[in-house]
Amino acid sequence: MTSFLPPSDRIWWNVPVGKQEIVWIGIALVWCLIMFFMMPYWHIYGKQNLSNEAYQTTPAKFQVEVDAMVEKYQVGEEAGIPIVRPPAGSDVYLLGRLWQWYPILELESGQSYRIHLTSMDWQHGFSLQPVNINLQVLPGYEMVFNMTPDKAGDYAIVCNEYCGIGHHTMLGKIIVTEK
Amino acid sequence: MAQFRICPDTGFYFDKSAESLMKANAVAGAVALLVAGIMALGVVLTRWQEVHLLPADMFYQVLTAHGINALIFWIIFFEMAILYFASSTLLRTRLAAPGWAWTGFALMLVGAVMNNVAVFQGNSSVMMTSYVPMQAEPHFYLGLILFAVGALIAVFVFFGTLVIAKEDNTYEGSIPLVTFGALTAAIIAVFTIACGAIILVPTFLWSIGYINHIDSAMYRIIWWGLGHSSQQINVAAHVAVWYLIVGVLFGARPMSEKVSRAAFLLYIFFLQLASAHHILVDPGVSSEWKVFNTSYAMYLAVLASMIHGLTIPGAMEVAQRGKGLTKGLFEWLRKAPWGNPVFSGFFISLFTFGFIGGITGVVMGTEQINLIIHNTIYVPAHFHATVVTGTTLTFMALTYLLIPLLFRRALFLPTMAKWQPYVFGGGMTLMVLFMLGAGTLGVSRRHWDMDFTGAMLSFEYPGTAYMMMAVGAIGGVLGVVGGAMYLIVTVGSLLFGKKLEESAGLLQSFGAPLAAGVYNVEQPERLLMAPKQPVEEHGDGGFEAPGTFVLAMALLVCFVVYYFINWDYLASVWHIS
Ligand code: HEM
Ligand SMILES: [Cu+2]
Ligand SMILES: [Cu+2]
Repeated sequence: MTSFLPPSDRIWWNVPVGKQEIVWIGIALVWCLIMFFMMPYWHIYGKQNLSNEAYQTTPAKFQVEVDAMVEKYQVGEEAGIPIVRPPAGSDVYLLGRLWQWYPILELESGQSYRIHLTSMDWQHGFSLQPVNINLQVLPGYEMVFNMTPDKAGDYAIVCNEYCGIGHHTMLGKIIVTEK
Repeated sequence: MAQFRICPDTGFYFDKSAESLMKANAVAGAVALLVAGIMALGVVLTRWQEVHLLPADMFYQVLTAHGINALIFWIIFFEMAILYFASSTLLRTRLAAPGWAWTGFALMLVGAVMNNVAVFQGNSSVMMTSYVPMQAEPHFYLGLILFAVGALIAVFVFFGTLVIAKEDNTYEGSIPLVTFGALTAAIIAVFTIACGAIILVPTFLWSIGYINHIDSAMYRIIWWGLGHSSQQINVAAHVAVWYLIVGVLFGARPMSEKVSRAAFLLYIFFLQLASAHHILVDPGVSSEWKVFNTSYAMYLAVLASMIHGLTIPGAMEVAQRGKGLTKGLFEWLRKAPWGNPVFSGFFISLFTFGFIGGITGVVMGTEQINLIIHNTIYVPAHFHATVVTGTTLTFMALTYLLIPLLFRRALFLPTMAKWQPYVFGGGMTLMVLFMLGAGTLGVSRRHWDMDFTGAMLSFEYPGTAYMMMAVGAIGGVLGVVGGAMYLIVTVGSLLFGKKLEESAGLLQSFGAPLAAGVYNVEQPERLLMAPKQPVEEHGDGGFEAPGTFVLAMALLVCFVVYYFINWDYLASVWHIS
C-alpha cells in the first residue's frame, strides 16, 4: 500500500504502467531531446559559441605577447594602465592578475577580434558588463575566441571568480568606438 | 539480548544502535545548520549593499564557513541518519557493524570540527570549492578528507545492513521504494567520495609541500565530480524522503514501482561526468565534450526528476482521491493538511525544487546559455532553490516527523512549527527569485562590494540590481528567521517537549538509547509486502491523477517559455565564436 513497504507485487517490474505516466514520460522525453538539439543547433546557427581553442601557456610567455601588443598599439593610459587599440581582426591579449585586467582595450564596433585570455596567478572570472558575458579564466591556460562588440560605449570587466581580498577591486575596461 | 523497540505510534522497529546513530547524526547536522545559519546572516547582510555589514576579509571567511557547513556538514550528517533509517528501520533489521558506524561518525565529527577551526583561524577563506592555486591551511583539506572517509564508512555500513536484512530474511519481496531511493543516494555517494579523494588528497599533499603543482583545469573537472554528484546524492535522498512522507501521511503507494525505480536508476547511470555543466565556459574542454556530458544526448537525469515530479504528487493524489476527495481537479490538494509542517514543508520543497530549482538548473546548464550566467549571483540563487528550499526544507519536514518517533518527545511550540515551513520556504523563495533577477543583470557571486570601492576603474550596476539584491536580502533574513524557528522547535522539543516515554530525557537527545526496558523485542516480525489495492481512474482521459497532470503540464509550460527566453537573451549579446 505504501512507498516504504516492500512492493505489493513480488514481480513488480511486470505490472503495467498507467497511461498517465506513459504520456508524461513521452512528453518529457521529447522536451529533453529538444533541449539537447538546441545546443548543436546553436553551434551551427547561433552567434554566441565559445571556440574550442585553448593552449597551455605560462605567465612569462603570455606576458611577452601582451607587452609586444602594448608596445605596438598603445594609444593612451588610464589609472596607470595602458589603453591599446589593436587593429580589427588582430590577436588581442588580455591578462587577469591580482587584482587587475591588463591592458585596457579599445575596440571598434562591428569588428571582430581574436581575444587571448589567461590568468597570471589565481583563477579569475571575466565578466563583461553590462553585456553579461562570463568566462572562467585559469592560470596555465590561454583561451582564444573571436569577439565582436556591437555597440559603442564603455564596458567593464568585473572579476567574478573569487581571487582573494582585493577581488572586488579587480575591474577592467573595454572601450568600444563607432566605426 | 533484545535490541529492538517497537514504536507505539507507527509500528516501526528501531534497532538500539541504529537509533542512537540516527539521533547523533541528526544532532550533529543541526549544529552545522546553526553555524551555517549564523554565517548566512552575515553573508546576506553584506550582500545587501545598503547594509554592507562585514569587512571584506570577514565576508569571504564567513561565506566559506557558510557554504561548507550548510552544504557539506549539515546535509551529509542528516543524510547519514536517513541511510540508517532507510536500512535498519524500514527493513526491520539490525545494523551491520555498529562499531564501524560510530567510528565513521567520529571521523566525520573530527573532520567537520577541524575544517571549521581552519576556516575560523582565518587563513583558509578559499570558499567551499577551494580552487587551486589559491591555498588553504593543510587542516582545511585534512578535515574534509576525514569527513569524507567517515561518510564512506557509514555508506558501507548501510550496504552491509541491506545485506544482513537479505540474509536474515527480514522482509518479503523487494526492498521498499524509499530504501531503493536511499540505496541510489548511497551508490552515488561512493562515486562522489572517490572523486573527492582523487582531488583533495593531492591538494592536501600540495598544501604541505609534497607536490608542487596542481593543474587548475584538472582540479575543476575532478572537484566538480565531487561537487556535482554530491548534489545528486541530495536529490536522490530528498526524493526518497518525499516518497516516505507521502507514504506516512497519506498511505500513498507509488503509482508504479517500475517507473519510480527506473527513474532512480537514471540518476545513477547519467550522472557520472555531469560535472561538465560547471565548466561550460572553461578553457581546454571541447564543445562536443560539454554538450555530450551535460546532457548525455537526452538529459536523462532531468527526465528522471521530471518523472518523480509527476509520480510523487500523483501518488498523493491517488491516495487522497481514494479517501473521497474527488471533487474537481484539486480538492485532494486543497484539503491536504496544510497546517502540518511535515506536509507543508514537503509540498513547498517539491514545488520550489521543481519550478525554480529544476528549471533554472537546466537552463544555466545549457552550454551556450551558461555564458550569460556563469558565476553570477544567479548561480547561488539557483542552488538555494535546490538545496535549501528543496533538500533542506525536506529534511526539516522529516525532522518534524521523526522527533516523536526517535526521541519520544512531542513537538515543542507546535504553532511555531506550523508556520516554520512557510517562513523559511517563503523567505528563501523571495531571496532566490530576486537574486536570479540580479544575476541576470550581471551581479556576480562571491563578491564583497557592488560599488567596487578602491578599484582603479569604475563601473556602476543599474539601480534595479541594487533593489533586487536588497529585496533578496530581506527574503534571506526571513529565511534565517525560518531556520532559527526550526532550530528552536527541534532543540526545544528535545529539551522541553512533552515526554512520550518515561525515559526520554536529556541524554537521549544526543544519541543515548532510551531506557533498557523499552528494547524488548529480539527479532522483529517479518516485514510483509504491502497489501494490494485496486487502481481507480478519475477525470477525463482515464488518468489516475488528473490534477497532478495539470500541474506537471504547468511546469512544462513554464520550463519551455523560460528556456527560450534565455536563448533570446543570449542572442542579444556580443557575438562570440
Ligand atoms: C538560512 C538562510 C540562508 C541564506 C540567507 C543564505 C544566503 C546565501 C547567499 C546570499 C549566498 C551567496 C553569497 C555570494 O555568493 O556572494 C549563499 C551562498 C551559499 N549558500 Fe546559502 N543561504 C542560506 C542557507 C543555505 C543552506 C541551508 C545551504 C545548504 C544546504 C546553503 C548553501 C550555500 C552555498 C553552498 C553557498 C555558496 C558558497 C560559495 O560560493 O562558496 N545556504 N548563501
Ligand atoms: Cu580575479
Ligand atoms: Cu576575483
